[in-house]
Amino acid sequence: MQLIACPWCGPREETEFSYGGQAHVAYPEHPASLTDEQWAHFVFFRDNPKGPFAERWVHAAGCRRWFTAVRDTRTHQFIGPSELTS
Amino acid sequence: MADRMADRTLTPVHPLADRWARLAAVEDGTAGALRLELEAPVAAVDLRVDPRGTGPDAVAAAVGGPLPSAPDTWTAHPTGIAVRLGPDEWLLTSTTADPEEWEFHVDETAAAHGGMAVDVSAQRTSVRVLGAAARDLLAFGCALDLRPAAFPRGRCAQTLLGQAAVLLVAHAVDDLQIVVRSSFAGYVADWLVDAAADSRS
Ligand SMILES: [Zn+2]
Repeated sequence: MQLIACPWCGPREETEFSYGGQAHVAYPEHPASLTDEQWAHFVFFRDNPKGPFAERWVHAAGCRRWFTAVRDTRTHQFIGPSELTS
Repeated sequence: MADRMADRTLTPVHPLADRWARLAAVEDGTAGALRLELEAPVAAVDLRVDPRGTGPDAVAAAVGGPLPSAPDTWTAHPTGIAVRLGPDEWLLTSTTADPEEWEFHVDETAAAHGGMAVDVSAQRTSVRVLGAAARDLLAFGCALDLRPAAFPRGRCAQTLLGQAAVLLVAHAVDDLQIVVRSSFAGYVADWLVDAAADSRS
């Protein structure tokens, strides 16, 4: 258990947050022109690094804001400041 | 038959009306160190407006008091409170306005500045935790630092109490308000009564 720094509320108990997967996954510019395989890559394929990973988190039991944070997948520790982004 | 037809008026019932006696009994059980009171329903709107624009000031003028600017803070206006829920979100209550009027009043102003307000009066209900043991009681199920210096009057927080998401509003050292979704209110009331019993032993 650790405290996660919500960019709005400040440090809060980990149980107040929910995970939202890899950050910075851009929506395809022309989704209709993708092949099934390309679409499947967009929907299902994610990086799985051993180390720092930029992720989406939501302060579900607090301000309900989504933000991007970097977490080390080896230690589960959050690294550096998180940022509010839509 | 005619009598039954006439008896169709809807009367509002407090979501915790059936637990009133159990909450009230806590005061005797704790020799007055703790008092749990149901708050009368209030009109409430959820306001969304750009914090960098002219909206917040316009709404403040319309309700007669400033909106809170810092995260996790609240302010009082003549008929209720304004709570900062997020960067572009506030909860505004009024003890005197009719819910539809209150929504119209705030929304009319917010809409003129690109924002909006929606009536959420029925969404939440509220329990007041009073007395010298109030903060100790909440600390049983809340991870926040609730000591008076860290959570003084003017502070508020959306957090977990037990398993329920609540809004905690600090009114005084011995006066905290729990604002909770109506469907979770029964759980929170039972949790409070249970925690009060534990705190005595
Ligand atoms: Zn938050």
